[in-house]
Amino acid sequence: MEKLISSVASRLVILVPYLWLLTFFLIPFFIVFKISLSEVAMSIPPYTPVFDLSAGWAAFKASFAQFSWDNYIWLTQDPLYFKAYLSSLLIAGVSTVLTLIVGYPIAYGMARAPATVRPTLLMLVILPFWTSFLIRVYAWIGILKPEGLLNQFLMWAHVINTPLTILNTNTAVFIGIVYSYLPFLVLPIYSALEKMDYSLVEAAEDLGCPPIAAFWKITFPLSLPGVVAGCFLVFIPAVGEFVIPDLLGGSQTLMIGKTLWNEFFSNRDWAVSSAVAVILLLLLVVPIVLFQRAEARAQESEK
Amino acid sequence: MNGNAGANMKSLGSFRRKFAPWNDPQAKPFIAIENVTKKFADFTAVDDLSLTIFNREFFALLGASGCGKSTLLRMLAGFEEPTAGRILIDGQDMRGIPPYKRPVNMMFQSYALFPHMTVEGNIAFGLKQDGMAKGDIEARVAEMLKLVKLERFAKRKPHQLSGGQRQRVALARAVAKRPKVLLLDEPLGALDKKLREETQFELMDLQMKLGLTFVVVTHDQEEAMTMADRIAVMDKGKVMQVATPAEVYEAPNSKFVADFIGNVNMFEGRTAAVGNGKIDIAVAPENFTIRTDATKTCSVGQPVGFAIRPEKIRISRQQPVDPSINSAFGEMWDIAYFGDMTVFHVKLESGRIIKAASLNAVRTVEDPLSYDDMVWVNFDADAGIVLTS
Repeated sequence: MEKLISSVASRLVILVPYLWLLTFFLIPFFIVFKISLSEVAMSIPPYTPVFDLSAGWAAFKASFAQFSWDNYIWLTQDPLYFKAYLSSLLIAGVSTVLTLIVGYPIAYGMARAPATVRPTLLMLVILPFWTSFLIRVYAWIGILKPEGLLNQFLMWAHVINTPLTILNTNTAVFIGIVYSYLPFLVLPIYSALEKMDYSLVEAAEDLGCPPIAAFWKITFPLSLPGVVAGCFLVFIPAVGEFVIPDLLGGSQTLMIGKTLWNEFFSNRDWAVSSAVAVILLLLLVVPIVLFQRAEARAQESEK
Repeated sequence: MNGNAGANMKSLGSFRRKFAPWNDPQAKPFIAIENVTKKFADFTAVDDLSLTIFNREFFALLGASGCGKSTLLRMLAGFEEPTAGRILIDGQDMRGIPPYKRPVNMMFQSYALFPHMTVEGNIAFGLKQDGMAKGDIEARVAEMLKLVKLERFAKRKPHQLSGGQRQRVALARAVAKRPKVLLLDEPLGALDKKLREETQFELMDLQMKLGLTFVVVTHDQEEAMTMADRIAVMDKGKVMQVATPAEVYEAPNSKFVADFIGNVNMFEGRTAAVGNGKIDIAVAPENFTIRTDATKTCSVGQPVGFAIRPEKIRISRQQPVDPSINSAFGEMWDIAYFGDMTVFHVKLESGRIIKAASLNAVRTVEDPLSYDDMVWVNFDADAGIVLTS
């Protein structure tokens, strides 16, 4: 009896995360998917068909017949969407590389810092999370705008004479993404570097390898799992980013998150925006699967 | 140095090989460590230390953890710079020469095998740095694999190997470049006892075969005694004694070394009489007298120590007849049976415990000693050593 209770209890414990995923991921996804197969209508909600269970099984089944792939076909016909997807991937890709260039030295410095200082440095990396993401992005407007802090400083230092236009350009979007996602990249690389046995680098130097070569032959390859994890953690959310391009980007900044928002709120075309969201999800599944593979491989090699 | 003390005695113990350049005043040291000091903040790890190591010597730095032996090794490798003093290797001052330009290679305590490379890749790593031709690298790697008997494991990654195999890869990698000096940091520390004993002999073989100079750091005195030509016993950043294993054991130069190496019975007292090549020591607090050969020149009334190894003390039920034999009466207090030998702990009237060891050379013993037996511990005048420091 006791055994039965404990086995039921352990199953329940496993059930909780599955229920969570079902309620907050799988069911919403199917709702979005269903809407993407619907048609726009002047009604509440603004699409048809709407399932009416009171009309009976036959009517329920009949409503399935109204589903169509028209919205997906529409996405392929208007080049706007293709361009938006491509530009999102491009902006996310460039941002990821920039974040890596900024973040790797930070992570390296942290991992090589004296053990007593490391917790403080770690704290400093996490500290920005204590302020709302939205507020931090707004703050960048104050820094980057023509009469903002950055331009004031550069003009005071006589580096420039006329204010730079940074706000409402892709540069501002890059700055925003690099700033916002830096901790997600620094932390996995830091943890990979911190785990690494420093005597490996000493061994490389002992065998005739100058320090810079030892970095590329030993340190960097061994931190690669952290680099891969960090890059995906930046790239995946950056592709669908909406707040940063909306606040910092300009009219020419084309990103799929913004397109989706426009379809949904300006055009009130729930069906097309749902199709956009589904395609975005499919686009991201590829890197997510790659990311999980890399993680699994990293865990395997640690054994 | 106690080399002179051994000259007027019979030979001290057995020697690994006839090799003693340190006794040859013409011999040039291969490694010269001159007045080296290393300070970390306010901690002095190595304190004004001088040592010479000869070509093809198997040299051991022996000491408890924190005695500075690893720091000294790291200074030889170039990972640390001396705060003061200098290190010469083959006549060349090593100051300012980074690790990757030194003619030494190190075998790390953790082995430090590159986890993302195969066994072959690890061994070839140092050779590639030298820009050796591809064919030569392959030949050398194959030779090294054969040397450490790991031919079958060439394509494996380090995590697919056992501890003993990893140790051999680390060794092969360190000797692949044919360094002038091989530094070994606790090379056998991670192996279990059986494997350690086997590997000790493999290391000695390898050193002879390659004709390299080995400097090994260890805290295991058995390991040092088995492998090394000479041992430097270290304490608190200083060298206490540099001598052959037999000299360190049979003729320690200080109470510290006598106590650190092996088991010892230590007596403290003052010299009561000196003459005829003998010294009488009045042992405190009991005030019995030990008559011993004068292994040191002493004046009467000088405070001295007397050290005697347990295996040099005999136990008998009767008092020895010969009056020149030192003897004391006591109760059998403890018996530790190790199979190959037995260590008896005899408690004297004063409460002092004397340890006496005897080899169990025969399987059966008539009338064996047991607890509570009253016995005489006794030893000859040449069995112990007088220590003045």
